[in-house]
Amino acid sequence: MRILATLARPDAGRARIAGHDVVREADRVRALIGLAGQYAAVDERLTGRENLQMFGRLHHLSRARARRRADELLERFGLTEAADRVAGTYSGGMRRRLDLIASLLVTPRVLFLDEPTTGLDPRSRGEIWDAVRALAADGTTVLLTTQYLEEADRLADDVVVIDHGRVIGQGTPEELKADLGGRIEVELADADALPAASAVLARITGTDPAASDQRRLTAPAPADLRLADAVRELDRAGIALADIALRRPSLDEVFLHLTGRTARETDAAATEGEAA
Amino acid sequence: MGTSLRWTITDGLTLVERELRQMRHEPGELVASLIFPALMVLMFGYIMGSAIKVPGGGGYREYLMPGLFAMITFSSMMAMTLKVATDASRGVMDRLRSLPMSRLAVPFGQTGADVPSGLLNLSIMAGMGLLVGWRPHEGPLRALAAFALLVLLRYALSWVGCYLGFRVKNEQVADQMVPLLFPITMLSNAFVPTEGMPAVLRVIADWNPVSAATAACRDLFGNPGAPTADAAWPVAHPILATIGWSVLLMAIFMPLSLRAYQRRS
Repeated sequence: MRILATLARPDAGRARIAGHDVVREADRVRALIGLAGQYAAVDERLTGRENLQMFGRLHHLSRARARRRADELLERFGLTEAADRVAGTYSGGMRRRLDLIASLLVTPRVLFLDEPTTGLDPRSRGEIWDAVRALAADGTTVLLTTQYLEEADRLADDVVVIDHGRVIGQGTPEELKADLGGRIEVELADADALPAASAVLARITGTDPAASDQRRLTAPAPADLRLADAVRELDRAGIALADIALRRPSLDEVFLHLTGRTARETDAAATEGEAA
Repeated sequence: MGTSLRWTITDGLTLVERELRQMRHEPGELVASLIFPALMVLMFGYIMGSAIKVPGGGGYREYLMPGLFAMITFSSMMAMTLKVATDASRGVMDRLRSLPMSRLAVPFGQTGADVPSGLLNLSIMAGMGLLVGWRPHEGPLRALAAFALLVLLRYALSWVGCYLGFRVKNEQVADQMVPLLFPITMLSNAFVPTEGMPAVLRVIADWNPVSAATAACRDLFGNPGAPTADAAWPVAHPILATIGWSVLLMAIFMPLSLRAYQRRS
């Protein structure tokens, strides 16, 4: 991400943002991008408004335009009241929002968000998510890194899973989940039916199910398995069910599956999501 | 080129404005930065000074003030390092780097922004000096020349500080470097004459830019402590030496700072 945002030089290879090379046309790229980092990069000794006006001026907006734009965004992100307080007094969430706003002063074509919600409370996180969705809807390409798979699931159109610097998975959240397949979970009304139910599940899923207790069975479900078919087959075998569910995997499971496949000793890994 | 120069200046001024606004929010910081020199005035002026004999006669506080002017000029360097390192560690520097602003504006803006605070610092220090009986004796022009010389040196030192800040990138490290400045200013003619020092130390002290700046101020203010006949060249020609030091420091650290800012790590 630092390479794409023109902050670092690539060791090898080339990258282009909106058609401009990040090394040779760095200035062009800088005019098109916004960057908000995991540490809120605002001047803690200036007020929120002063921060935005300064960054606006450095974006080469006129003084009046920078002021208007700052007011507009402060209003939109609910920071108007705190605008004239020194940013050092802000809460983590407010600072993060200010940081995000600072990257939106000139609506960027591409916005880089480096773990924008790390360490935020759920409400602030929700606010950042809303902002990201709104931007994506307005046509900004958002490249967002996150450790929270739920975040990628909710926001991203395209997810790239990176482990130890290598891409180990890519696709929409649905595609990634489909690759892994779901699990079927069955709870029986009667423990005596366990062997019979086990046989049926083995037949329809192609795998021997695992019994988690006397009445519960679970097996990996192939992507084409439909819940209705499973219910019908079990019913035909005369098995009474207390509960049955076909669970699609969460992205967390996808991630564990992918990283487990490439390296068991996974300790550091990151996921990237892209909302366009 | 014309537009890029214009943007360099505009962006630089925006950063100067940032500095002034910061100062307005935290006037306490300015006061805090002067507590140490004020203590020095008291400690050296009244405690140590009572036992130090000024060569060639004259009051010790008159002798001391030029040394303190030089000292606060040098301590501004560490303040600059701290400022730049803070920006780097908090990500402000990355944000500036990701903006389509002039590549030169950040180092020039940061160092330029230091000039007004330097002037303010010097005037407060001068006020303190006047309070304890220090006076410039050579007329307003030479007094102004002395301050101009200090500002020039401070500007040059701010480039050194700026470069160090880009290199350490960590406010804790920068913070720990601050006390290092104390021995540097002590090893000079700022507080005591160098004549009595052991030979090796005396050579170092005489060539210390702090000594040149102090001697230049003594000369221009007409304060006691004129160099002896056997003084080393920088102390015998302090004004020229201070200008020389300033030019040399800028010649080395301007390009280094500009490169350190532009280099993408």
